[in-house]
Amino acid sequence: MSQIIQFTLNGTPVSLESDPMRRLLDVLRDDFSETGVKEGCGEGECGACSVFLNGKLVNSCLVALGSIEGMNVETIVHFKNTPAYRVIEQAFSDAGAVQCGFCTPGMVLAAYALLKNNPHPGENDIREAISGNLCRCTGYNMIVDGIRLAAKRGEGKW
Amino acid sequence: MKNSISTPTDRLDGPEKASGKAVYTDDIRPEGLLFARTLRADRPRARITAIRLPEIPDNYFIVDRNDVPGRNRIKMLEDDWPFFAGEVINHVGEPILLVVGPDREKVADILNSIEVEYEDLPPVLSIDDAIAAKSPIFGDDNCFAAYSFRKGDPDTAFSTAKTVIEGEFKTGYHEQAYMEPQGMIGSYKNGKLTVTGSMQCPFYVKNAMMQLTGFKEDAVQIIQATTGGAFGGKEEYPSLLAGHVAVAAIKTGKPVKLVLERGEDLAVTTKRHPSVSRYRSAIDENGRVIAMEADITLDGGAYAGLSAVVLQRALFAAIGVYNIPNVTVRGRVMATNHVPSGAFRGFGAPQAFFAVEMHMEQIASELGMNPLTFKEIHLVRQGDTTSTGGVLRDEIKIHEMLAKVLKMSNYRKKEGIFASKKGRFRSGIGLAIYLHGCGFTGKGEEIIKGTATIRKLAEDRAEILISNVEMGQGAQTTLRKIVARILELPIQNIEYANPDTDRVPDSGPTVASRTVIIVGHLLESAAKELKKRWNESETLSVSKSYRHPSYIQWDQDKLQGDAYPAYSWGIVAVEVEVDTLTYETAVKGVWTVHDVGIAIDEEIIRGQIEGGILQGLGYASLEVMDTADGAYRQHSFTDYIIPTSVDAPVIESELIDNPYEYGPFGAKCAGELPIAGAAPAYAAAVSHALGIEIHEIPVKPEILIKRAVK
Repeated sequence: MSQIIQFTLNGTPVSLESDPMRRLLDVLRDDFSETGVKEGCGEGECGACSVFLNGKLVNSCLVALGSIEGMNVETIVHFKNTPAYRVIEQAFSDAGAVQCGFCTPGMVLAAYALLKNNPHPGENDIREAISGNLCRCTGYNMIVDGIRLAAKRGEGKW
Repeated sequence: MKNSISTPTDRLDGPEKASGKAVYTDDIRPEGLLFARTLRADRPRARITAIRLPEIPDNYFIVDRNDVPGRNRIKMLEDDWPFFAGEVINHVGEPILLVVGPDREKVADILNSIEVEYEDLPPVLSIDDAIAAKSPIFGDDNCFAAYSFRKGDPDTAFSTAKTVIEGEFKTGYHEQAYMEPQGMIGSYKNGKLTVTGSMQCPFYVKNAMMQLTGFKEDAVQIIQATTGGAFGGKEEYPSLLAGHVAVAAIKTGKPVKLVLERGEDLAVTTKRHPSVSRYRSAIDENGRVIAMEADITLDGGAYAGLSAVVLQRALFAAIGVYNIPNVTVRGRVMATNHVPSGAFRGFGAPQAFFAVEMHMEQIASELGMNPLTFKEIHLVRQGDTTSTGGVLRDEIKIHEMLAKVLKMSNYRKKEGIFASKKGRFRSGIGLAIYLHGCGFTGKGEEIIKGTATIRKLAEDRAEILISNVEMGQGAQTTLRKIVARILELPIQNIEYANPDTDRVPDSGPTVASRTVIIVGHLLESAAKELKKRWNESETLSVSKSYRHPSYIQWDQDKLQGDAYPAYSWGIVAVEVEVDTLTYETAVKGVWTVHDVGIAIDEEIIRGQIEGGILQGLGYASLEVMDTADGAYRQHSFTDYIIPTSVDAPVIESELIDNPYEYGPFGAKCAGELPIAGAAPAYAAAVSHALGIEIHEIPVKPEILIKRAVK
């Protein structure tokens, strides 16, 4: 059943002998203690487990370990050390975008995924970009404000 | 003029949450951890005749009611809710036993190979079944609680009325849908039980654990982990999960974690009570309501839980914000073989506000009056009496608020234009007016007598010691702001750790929108005293305990007097557009004004208001949860749909200052208030767009189609 799988996690090559059917979410949380990656629903609806896979935003609960051989995985643990993160974090803070925080790491990554492709998003672009990330606390508008603020301040950082 | 305390402060818990560093329950991984999963009943009512276990490997354990060292009942109002099912199971999903072990998959394999044999018993699967009481499951009438009270002389008013108008209003289940599923970790070392987890009420859990184990107070320690949303859903249910990990930890001697998967959380945790409300109003020749009768029935599910208190809040809200001279209010919570219903933001009031607001809309429509004008002439004023004969002592700014909302939304103009609109897309605008009684209902605060402590630390620092939790609502920031302001220290110098019952006094649970108005006020007065005595000593603590203001009188037996010490107020206008081809409804705008006394932090309050309104709009429109054979038919966020960023309307929100003498810096309550009005305002708007009365939420397209083609 086990298989050796190699991929790059937050810039470091890693190798792991494990069941290729395991969810990337569990591998990150259990084998690499990446607890910033959250499980909210386990079926790809809520986006709390968002990570970048080869630069693309995915729900890690829907990714099988066996499918990421040779790929790049980037999580909030690595992203939090970037200048782009600091802009988004401050903008989220100023806009009151954080409440219980369970959706926030995923929201932050979704915001970055938008801004690096579209540094001047309109309101609908922002709403569309985070529509795969559920939040039950804020009503979303303050997150939308946060992303708008980050776009304004983050010129050249994406 | 803007109050300086209200100016937004950066949330102190923001960076650690955004960066993923915050430690939630499932992120805690102690050495030697075992995982637990729950074997649950698959039917609503049955006697268990046999449980066949497979061979259990070494290091794996079965934990059930026979392992409970003390009493197998959650300590609550009735103590009728078992941690582990007895011989008879009473709802789908009722926990029978746990499988515990080091490997999660192996635990799941063992769980799946257990066979349970049942002898089915006749279930009670609806409020009507419960009332018929053919085979009662609680007492001889299936009634967990029933109350009634009167004001004035409703009988005479009804006999002299020119018109009597009646209506029935229904609301469905409503799931809290906090993003972090429920979870707990228990450990047992050297005779001491420690339970850590996602919760609102550490001392509820502690008291439940003491009854479960029979352990002394100092042998039970409860610690709140960072909590990813709660909305009432983590008020009573965490005690049950805590009990499971506690018994498992005591049996195995190892730390045990139990975290629900989303589907399991949806299937077994408490929801907002479904309701059926019958209203009857007597109208005189001037079109004034001279008497109103409200009769509210809730589906409580299989165990009493907190249902009786939820019903009380529903009944005290049943007449809404109107001054009706003669009133009869009755209500009951029925026992059914459904999953127990429980606490959810608003705690009974949203059901009542939906009913009373729609009843007022209905009366206006049947009298041929403008609904808003009709509501306006009945609004309460300062000095009026409540339905329980209490006095509305404080200033009520509802007319000023109404003028503001009407202006923000351009209400009157839209009302006129929309009414004459033809074609496929029809617009409508509706408005609801609501209040929230701050703090516990009735004598609750007097009984709990919360205590809050502030301890002076070295280097101009101080620590808040209370049992109230941050769960997303902003308590970390708000309460530290209050204390910092009085001690004249930077907010970063005030510490406030997640509560640990070994370190903090019982300041009461984090419920009933009481954290700022009650606990914040205790902290305010403790801080004032500490400030005066600051130079007395290097180590200094000041504690303050709740004292009920003597002018607030309440008779719990007769349900007479002031049900709440103070009220917060809100008005929300909602504009919708209904597609008359598909009957899908889009929200086009929301305008809202609230009186929460003084906002301790405008930005945090805005977050509460917007989140509450969107949750209420979900309740009104999208969030359907129904049952078949006692089980919810919705199992995931794919079929229980909550609003996304694309569904969320822009909300224009304003506050009006109205300081309260006994709140910190004049603050009242805010957390639950905003959810009360969204559903009736939405329904009123749809009603306005289509020219039909609405008596039920959620307002589903299929219901509108049926109504329209009638």
